[in-house]
Amino acid sequence: MILNIKHFVVFITILVFLSCGEEKSALSEVEGKQLPITSALAPVNTIDDFVAPYRERIDQVLDSSLAYATKNITKEDGKYNTTAGNLMADIILEMANPVFKARTKKDIDFVVLNHGGIRSVISKGPVSARTAYEIMPFENTIAIVELTGKSVRELVSFLIEARRPQPIAGIQIVLDKNGELQSVNIGGKPFNETQSYFIATSNYLVNGGDDMGFFTHGLHVTEIDYKVRNAIIDYFKKVDTLSPVVDNRFMQLN
Amino acid sequence: MDRRKFISNTVAGSTFVGLGGLSLNSCSGGKKHITVLHTNDVHSHIDAFAGDHSQWPNLGGLARRATLVERIRKENPNTLLLDAGDIFQGTPYFNFYGGELEFKLMSMLKYDAATIGNHDFDNGIDGLYAQLPHAKFKLLSANYDFSNTLMDGHVKPYTTYTMDSIKIGVFGLGIELAGLVTKKLYQETQYLDPYEIAQDMGRILKEEEQCDLVICLSHLGYAYNRDKPDDLKLAARSENIDLIIGGHTHTFLDKPTIRENRKGGRVLINQVGCYGINLGRIDFHFDSEKKVEANGVSITV
Repeated sequence: MILNIKHFVVFITILVFLSCGEEKSALSEVEGKQLPITSALAPVNTIDDFVAPYRERIDQVLDSSLAYATKNITKEDGKYNTTAGNLMADIILEMANPVFKARTKKDIDFVVLNHGGIRSVISKGPVSARTAYEIMPFENTIAIVELTGKSVRELVSFLIEARRPQPIAGIQIVLDKNGELQSVNIGGKPFNETQSYFIATSNYLVNGGDDMGFFTHGLHVTEIDYKVRNAIIDYFKKVDTLSPVVDNRFMQLN
Repeated sequence: MDRRKFISNTVAGSTFVGLGGLSLNSCSGGKKHITVLHTNDVHSHIDAFAGDHSQWPNLGGLARRATLVERIRKENPNTLLLDAGDIFQGTPYFNFYGGELEFKLMSMLKYDAATIGNHDFDNGIDGLYAQLPHAKFKLLSANYDFSNTLMDGHVKPYTTYTMDSIKIGVFGLGIELAGLVTKKLYQETQYLDPYEIAQDMGRILKEEEQCDLVICLSHLGYAYNRDKPDDLKLAARSENIDLIIGGHTHTFLDKPTIRENRKGGRVLINQVGCYGINLGRIDFHFDSEKKVEANGVSITV
């Protein structure tokens, strides 16, 4: 009897030993969590040292002063147009038109951008390329859309109904004291619904962004391979001071 | 390994418990531990956020992430480091150097693989191709067909790793590019149905490659109300995926999500927000097959 038990133990041991050699592993337990990266973790110095020259070069380029803002420029300082919106739209008109004209022999008639696309204020003081990255972090490019007069009318209705002052330049919209459309002038001439117009905007809006659906019905789109941000930086280099004002490009009569 | 065999409360199950326990005592051959670390949507955020940042003061930073990764690798050398895409775009580092620094630093951190996000096309196919020499990790995408582009041959649908005799399969999935990225940038990249591709990948990795663990690196997005493919729908339709590491929607999950797949098996889905603020960590413990048959798989999140 004792012998039998011994045999049994030996048998089990051999069995276990054999099975051990061929033992297959299977998933038994899974644990998952998020680990926050905080200042409690000391940085790896070799990584920091590796990044340093790249960072210095960026700081050097972005932080050198290009122009001077004589006041805070924001998109919140007007009901129908704002200093930041006017500055942005005026920059696009001024910087994009020579490129468009060189390529197509035509002129940009007016500019429409989106209020939401201005991502930061410009604070009074020196303005650098970093400022341009702050107000325009996206890689959007300038596109010129040819719209029929009918689509331009849709666009004007959109601008009137929009609850936010969308940046515009080269077009004047006047509302009467009841808020009804009184007149539209483009390039200083009354709007003519029977002709088509060239409107500079961002490629984001051309693709239907911010519900500006009328741009998707464009007759023709010309890409000029000019980033919105680069146009802003080029403008900062060109001028000494920035002092945009809220004006009468979009207004309501008393 | 087949999750369909996991029985927890059956008679057959309980009779195995004793034997399983016995074999565990006499050999530890079945016990293994694999750690998977992951990021997504880092968007060129190499430096930590400044202390006065309104949303993420003092958080993130690649040099700090390196410390954490090193520490975990020391703890468990059987660790994979993965990224679910949108490596590029978001700070001037990308605008200035085109992704060179991002790829070089990920290589220094010894990332194993990454999938391709929509923003990784921001400098075009050419821009992505130009940075490939700086990447010592693999780019994986099973549902972008790059055959008619410069990237042809440089992106694999999947890869496998064997660590401590555990075989791990990792494949990549990307989001539909039309409407999201200008065609001029992605050119002739063809987007293929992610659900169908995931089904194929799962079968290939589990059955043909005999992987113990299948991981999907997805840049589809966590969840959409509309019909658009997302990670939650993918998990429910899948059958051989153990872990989906997500991205695109910058979703900060408090903890990984558990979903049932079409065969009743469990899938873990994780996403760690964006900008390198968090590192995801999933630990997979393996034990002898018999013990697992007896006890089933426990998932703790």
